[in-house]
Amino acid sequence: MSPLLPPEFADLEPYAGQWCLATEAERFERRMASDMDEMGAFYAAFSPRLEEAIEFCDKYPLDELPDDVAHPLQLIHSLVMVSMAVEVFHQPKIVDAADAVLLRVREPRP
Amino acid sequence: MARYPKPPEGSWTEHFGLDTAPVSYADSVSPEYYERERQAIFRRAWLNVGRVEQLPRKGSYFTKELAVVNTSVVVVRGMDGEIRAFHNVCRHRGNKLVWNEAPEEETQGFCRQFTCKYHAWRYGLDGSLTFIQQEGEFFDVDKDQFGLVAVHCEIWAGFIFVNVAREPEQSLRDFLGPMITALECYPFDQMTSRFGYRTEVKANWKLFMDAFAEFYHAPVLHSKQSPDKYSAAAREAGYEAPHYQVDGPHRLVSTSGVRFWEMDPSSLKPMENLTRGGLFGPWDKPDLGELPAGVNPGKCNPWGLDSFQLFPNFVILIWGQGWYLTYHYWPTSYNTHIFEGNVYFTPATNVRERIAQEMSAVTFKEFALQDANTLEATQLMLESGYVERFPLNDQEVLLRHLHKVVADWVNEPAGVPA
Repeated sequence: MSPLLPPEFADLEPYAGQWCLATEAERFERRMASDMDEMGAFYAAFSPRLEEAIEFCDKYPLDELPDDVAHPLQLIHSLVMVSMAVEVFHQPKIVDAADAVLLRVREPRP
Repeated sequence: MARYPKPPEGSWTEHFGLDTAPVSYADSVSPEYYERERQAIFRRAWLNVGRVEQLPRKGSYFTKELAVVNTSVVVVRGMDGEIRAFHNVCRHRGNKLVWNEAPEEETQGFCRQFTCKYHAWRYGLDGSLTFIQQEGEFFDVDKDQFGLVAVHCEIWAGFIFVNVAREPEQSLRDFLGPMITALECYPFDQMTSRFGYRTEVKANWKLFMDAFAEFYHAPVLHSKQSPDKYSAAAREAGYEAPHYQVDGPHRLVSTSGVRFWEMDPSSLKPMENLTRGGLFGPWDKPDLGELPAGVNPGKCNPWGLDSFQLFPNFVILIWGQGWYLTYHYWPTSYNTHIFEGNVYFTPATNVRERIAQEMSAVTFKEFALQDANTLEATQLMLESGYVERFPLNDQEVLLRHLHKVVADWVNEPAGVPA
């Protein structure tokens, strides 16, 4: 299978299959289905590279991102999602939210 | 000692002429009362159903399910550019006119005319009946008499409102009043990057209005959202709003601002520092020019946000960081409603801005899920009926105002209460 990420981020490729997800709905679902070890490892590996990833993506106009740049952006979106579990709640679910649901039904792309 | 000055009466509650006694929530647990609200409020008030940006060109349309007034409306931009609303029903045999896969689901799109799925009657975008299948089989049907049934539709600041009354008692502008119309020049039209959220909540619609009308809960319910250092300081400080205002049936709370970027990083989440965004929005705000006088009318400095609650079920929340939210609470029964939240930013021009917006939108949802959860628990226990009186403090003044206005409308079924 060809890599999802550009060579600059080859070390993050092990996380790409799991976390290159185009919508918040998919990212939220993946967070809920993941354990803290998986998310902790992804967070630890990627958060020090975030600034570099933003700069890499920002070499291209936002509305014309090539596929291999869209994937790093999706990975950044996933990092934001995962950070809620890792930094805030120390569990996948939101503390004190019980079974409340709020679906993101519309979002800007990418 | 109050952090912010209170009005001369000693409290905001008394300043607005509201009772200070414990309140009843009988208005939130009764099917009979809900039926009265449907008749006396939702069939008389102007209801926001969307924004003009949802209808970008001639022929753009969307449908809105309004269970609370027992109808579905189709809102469309005609060939003349005008926006109109119609009851979403074919005049031939009453079929729902515009729907896609499932009749109960809302839809949107673009068309030149509406064609009924049942017998192919056709209507122009202005509602006129233009074609009857096998017209010769009918008995002198005058097509002019069988156009779509219009719903009163008016637009303010790009917000589309409908009113299902036969004749609305007030124009939209009169209904909105000076506090709301003073927001007119806010650049809502520039904030077209939209994140939409939706859920069904098992609670009376007013309980969720209440939840977002006070911030007394914030340092407690949301304490686990922030690093311990920040949470501890927030809980110690408690919550006070610098400004409250009411105007007719509508109400406002403003909050003071927090300059996160000046704070000790250990009080912030690492991802807030990395993305330069969070609950209060992107830290780097867009240049919006001078804002209208209706924004931050209490002249709070630093200023965090204005939460305008428009009667009956619509909230416009304007953030000091240059973005806004809307909330809609659409009742579906006395103890259920559909909640819609929309987050609007100016379009991101690069990935860095997009990420700050994503961080803000994701954080919004984390907080809202906690807010939503308490509601079902509250509804359950209010319905138990064992406790009937609940004390509200001065930071909960807007809750009293909402429930009083609801009662005023319900108890005065003829004529808008003064």
